[in-house]
Amino acid sequence: MTTTENSTAVPQHGRYATGQAPARARDLHLTDSVLSARDDARAQGGQAGAWMPYLPASDSPYCPPGVDAAALVWAETVAPGGYTHKVLARGTRLRFDDPSGDACAHVLLFNALEPVERLNVADTQKVPWQAYPGLNHPLLSGDGRVLAVVSADSSGRHDAFCGTTTDAWNERKYGDARPEGPSPSGRGLFLKAAAKHGLSRRDLPPSLSFFQGVRVEPDGTLAWHGSAGAGTHVELVAEMPLLVLVANVAHPLDPRPGYVVGPLRVHAWRGAPTGPGEPRFTATPELHRAYLNTVDYCEARGL
Amino acid sequence: MATTRTGTTPVSCPTAAGGTVASTVPVGAVHAEGSPLDWGASLVEGKVVLDETVAPNAPWSAVVRTGHVLTIVDVGGNQSADCLLYNADDPEERYSVPDTLAWQGNAYVRTGTVLRSSEGRPLMTVVANEVDRQDTIGGACGKESNTLRYGHHVMFQHGCRENFLAEAGRRGLGVRDIVSNLNWFMNVPVEADGALGIVDGMSAPGRRVAVRAETDVLVMVSNCPQMNNPCNDFNPTPLRLIVVEPAPVGVGARSAEATRTAKEGA
Repeated sequence: MTTTENSTAVPQHGRYATGQAPARARDLHLTDSVLSARDDARAQGGQAGAWMPYLPASDSPYCPPGVDAAALVWAETVAPGGYTHKVLARGTRLRFDDPSGDACAHVLLFNALEPVERLNVADTQKVPWQAYPGLNHPLLSGDGRVLAVVSADSSGRHDAFCGTTTDAWNERKYGDARPEGPSPSGRGLFLKAAAKHGLSRRDLPPSLSFFQGVRVEPDGTLAWHGSAGAGTHVELVAEMPLLVLVANVAHPLDPRPGYVVGPLRVHAWRGAPTGPGEPRFTATPELHRAYLNTVDYCEARGL
Repeated sequence: MATTRTGTTPVSCPTAAGGTVASTVPVGAVHAEGSPLDWGASLVEGKVVLDETVAPNAPWSAVVRTGHVLTIVDVGGNQSADCLLYNADDPEERYSVPDTLAWQGNAYVRTGTVLRSSEGRPLMTVVANEVDRQDTIGGACGKESNTLRYGHHVMFQHGCRENFLAEAGRRGLGVRDIVSNLNWFMNVPVEADGALGIVDGMSAPGRRVAVRAETDVLVMVSNCPQMNNPCNDFNPTPLRLIVVEPAPVGVGARSAEATRTAKEGA
């Protein structure tokens, strides 16, 4: 596989070679007793890798500019070909960063309290009368509510048409789609993330992706526009309690023959949901009513 | 002729107690009197194994066996046949808009489009089509999403999501199984700046689309009420669904054009 990142060498021996390489040579046999094995395992702690979660989140070396590190609730660099997931409180700010220009954040959102309410891509395109997610674009559930809204976007290259990759797609394109292999599919990773929340493939609707753009040409052709370059970001406001699933895999229409994907940075911090006093709340009639529905649900729920 | 929006005219219904109630719920076919209706016929010749009518606003489902061809007839024109497909043997594998679009690299459904599953596998193939393009972007209407599009006063009009849920329930499926769908005969263009929406249709009474099952497929249809969108003149009409076992290759396969020519010549 081909991975890209900012500063460290491209790993040659599997996705996690850089992130989890031991600090010392492993040619010594250090597990001849329980105590030796314990010492050996403990000696591996505290290392840093190119992709890993940062705990506590305030320890992130990549805290976004202008954000109080103490307010961070999630900080992680997702490996190329990796996935992550998190439950976030209503009002949380969620930021994705593409440091190399080759990340592709495939995202699914669920109402964390009732996951049968989930991202509905058709409504997300149809209701705002706009196919391309950008600033102030609501990510809608099928129940007429705003799961999240795009609150900042320096990329402008996102896609709501193509979803993520399947095993069938990656087997055809790369010859391998195993989740533990060199070119895992987005769906395969979503299935793992979903399983950790008691969800299954019945619970996976079409997804959105950020950082690799697609545009519809007049004859309907889906043209891959790729990324806007290294160093862009997109931010969301969680307007409801969210279960977020993220798979960082190559976009289905990426024309490059290799499995090209870079690391994806994820940061989230405490904040307030969009309220009635804010311009976004009434920016369009559709968004206004979606917010009214969302507030109605949350008020009744005591959120 | 002028028509009123569905469900706004009270109907007197007898009750078990012998009285009547005034209901605004439409009963039976509600298309305007005098609407042109063309019931058509199968687009592909073969032995008819199923031939059913879906009333305006109603749901429908059936299993179409491998190799059989389903023709959907837009009886009154510019109706929307919202449609979901499932692997009949494993309904957790179901129709996927993004897989269908990504595999063909195009946002619209036309003859030759392979309708793919959430696993990327072929469920059905469009083998004949009598409108320029078919939609699979616009999704379904629903009570809740309609409130965003039209206002909260439409909450108690039902929609396709209600139909899908009702029909899914009869098949042992539920809300987890409802995903983005096909809209036969609906027109949803995407403009250069990304603007998109449901606009006036390109269909007409009797226009048809035919899809061949590539595996045993459970087909669910909601004959879209389209109660708030002028693209159908607020005049929901019936659909006819015909499943045939096609004649052997080379014996009776007719193109859409050949069938239409024969029909117009008749």
